[in-house]
Formats: sequence, structure tokens, C-alpha cells
Amino acid sequence: MRKPGSRRSRQRRLGDALAAVLALLASAAADAQCEELRPFKIVGDAIPAALTETAGDATRGRAIILDRRLGACLLCHTGPFPEEKFQGTLAPDLTGAGSRWSEGELRLRLVDPTRLNPQTTMPAYYRVEGLTRVAQAWRGKPVLTAEQIEDVVAFLSSLRD
Amino acid sequence: MNFLLRPLVALATTIALAAAPDERRSGYDIAGPEIRAMQDDDTANPGNLWVLQGETLWGKPTGAADRSCADCHGDAQMTMKGVAARYPAFDAVLARPLDLEQRINQCRTEHQKAEPLAWESEDLLAVTAFVARQSRGLPITVSASLELRPFLALGKQLFEQREGQLNLSCSQCHDDNWGKQLAGNLIPQGHPTGYPIYRLQWQSLGSLQRRLRNCMTGLRAEPFEYGAPQAIALEFYLMERARGMPMDAPAVRP
Repeated sequence: MRKPGSRRSRQRRLGDALAAVLALLASAAADAQCEELRPFKIVGDAIPAALTETAGDATRGRAIILDRRLGACLLCHTGPFPEEKFQGTLAPDLTGAGSRWSEGELRLRLVDPTRLNPQTTMPAYYRVEGLTRVAQAWRGKPVLTAEQIEDVVAFLSSLRD
Repeated sequence: MNFLLRPLVALATTIALAAAPDERRSGYDIAGPEIRAMQDDDTANPGNLWVLQGETLWGKPTGAADRSCADCHGDAQMTMKGVAARYPAFDAVLARPLDLEQRINQCRTEHQKAEPLAWESEDLLAVTAFVARQSRGLPITVSASLELRPFLALGKQLFEQREGQLNLSCSQCHDDNWGKQLAGNLIPQGHPTGYPIYRLQWQSLGSLQRRLRNCMTGLRAEPFEYGAPQAIALEFYLMERARGMPMDAPAVRP
């Protein structure tokens, strides 16, 4: 029988503690990584480069626009969505958005429209800095992920007059 | 040219300023005929159930002092007339404004020696609704005294400050976009003429603070705690903004 204070058991306990600390650090790093925004570059009134390597999916983008817990775009906007009876009248109609704006212009208008108009009613969908009293559940998180931004850009670009 | 234009500009400005108050619309003004009819008829207005309950509580002795509201204040129809239209009001001892609910609870703890009623409890809503009912039709006339100015300034600042993950201010909806549709809902100007209100969405009576918390949660902002100084300042600013508009508590709203 080994005594509790023996060298082997102390070594093992030290090993366990070390493993636990490393696991904690790794998960913290993963959290930080998943919440850190992808860098983007504004050129003129656009973000020409996509935020992700994989292209956005227009079908998913359409669903994000309609989903009140994701884009919730139709709270304020109207658009070509016959299944949504209640659409907002605060903001421009999204019909033909892809004819009016390039992909890059749409991307900046989603990511942070206050860069173009500080007084705009449109929320910044990919920004976590410079916000006030954000509720605990949403703190440090953008409204949409980089992938979701690209999905919405892909769908809006497909809306041609 | 200039001397001709100047009086015209001055006149136009005067007309614009004079017209501004008339552009104010209460929730009642913009409501549909069904909601108006429900509010106007005491037997159809669900808020009246709280008013009746409040009337009972008004006359009921309570607390270690075994005193009722009526023991000090008498007939509420006389003594409470116009009172709700003046709240939040400045409390000289505390050196800050109290809203009507806080004032009722202050009376309970100081004079009735009773426990304060919990925020949004049926009893607090009932007494508040009963007191507010006595101001129906009377204009909002909160105090404009000097010591209240910092609280008014704070309320205005909070009203105009963008907040929450959705980064919107009260003002962006209720000053700049009232009358438009937020999905299926008509955006009101946000005048607190009828609190506590019976909100169909709640299926219950609720306070102005509860309503403010709803909006803030919608913006994904951290709502103010009940009774927080910011919440009272915002209430006060809203009442000042609605100065002169008639009270219509307990109002029915969608």
C-alpha cells in the first residue's frame, strides 16, 4: 500500500492539476478565437474581400433575413418575401438590392453601417466594440457570424431588378 | 432682400414651434377603434379590475400602524385628483425624484409601518392604477423645479443614447420613426399618459418600468433594475416630454 504523501502520488496529483490548467487555457483560447472578429478592410464605401474562405450560401442567407432571432431584417425592411405578412416600413425595400449595391458595398452596410452614416437606424451586424449596455447573453458577440454575413451578402446580391 | 426675408423666416419658425406640440400623439390617439372602445368602457377595460382592487386596498388598514391610505388621504376622488400627472416628483429628504410606485411604498413603510409592495405585484399595480385613475383627463404637469434638472438631463441623455447589441436609442424609434411599422406593430411616440397600462400582449396590467424593460430587452440591452435611478430619470423625461397631454390611465394598449 502506497502512503498518500508518497512521491508517486504527489507526482500524479501535480500531473492532474497541470492537465486541468492546460485544458482550461485551451478552452479559454478556443472561446476567444470563436468570439474574435475576422479582420476586414474597408475600401471606399465597401469591404471588397469576403470575411470567410468559403463562399456564402444564398438560400441560408434568405432564411437568416426572415429569422427574427438572427437577422430580423423584416422588422424594419420590406422585401420580396411573400410568406412574411408583417414587414417593417422603417427602412428601404430590399427588392433589387443586388442591382443597387456591389457585394462589397452590401458587406460594409451589414458589418457596420455607422461607418457610412453615424446616425443610421441600421444596427451593425458584425461589430462588438463601442456598444453600450449590451445584455450579458450578447456581450462580446456580433449579431451575425462571419459565415452568416456572407450568406446574407450572397442572397442580397442575387436580388436583381 | 434680407430685410424682407428675415421676418418671413422668423414667422415660419414661430409657426413651426407652435405646431410642434400638436404633432404629439398618445397611444390612445393612434389606437384602433376596438382598443379605444375597450379603454373607454369601464366594464370592458380590464385595467378597471385593478382599479377596483386598488379602491379596496385604499380603505383597508394595514401594517403595524394599522392605518389605511384613506385614514390620511381621505376620499381619493378628491385628494388624488391630478397627483399621478405630477409624478415622478422630487423628494426633498432623499434629494431625488420618486415615481408613483415608490411614493406609495414610501407611504407604506413610513406611515403604515408595512412592508413595501414588490414591483409589478398585483397590489402595487392595483393601488397605482386606482391613484392614476383619479387623474384621467387631466394634463401631465410634472415639476420643472431647479433641483430636478439634472435628472431630466440624465433622462434625456438615456433616451437619446444608443444601446444594446442592436445599437438603437429610444429616440431613433419614438422621435424619428413613429407612425411607421416595426413588422406588425405601429411605432408610437412613447408618451406615458396611461400607466399602469393593460397591455394585450401581456394579458395583464403593467408599469412604465416594465414597458421600458421590454424595449431594452428587444434591443438586447441590459434592462434597468426596477427603481434604478436611471429608470426613474427616464420616466421623468418621458413625462416632461408629454407635458400637457391628458392622462388616460388605466390605458389599454396592444
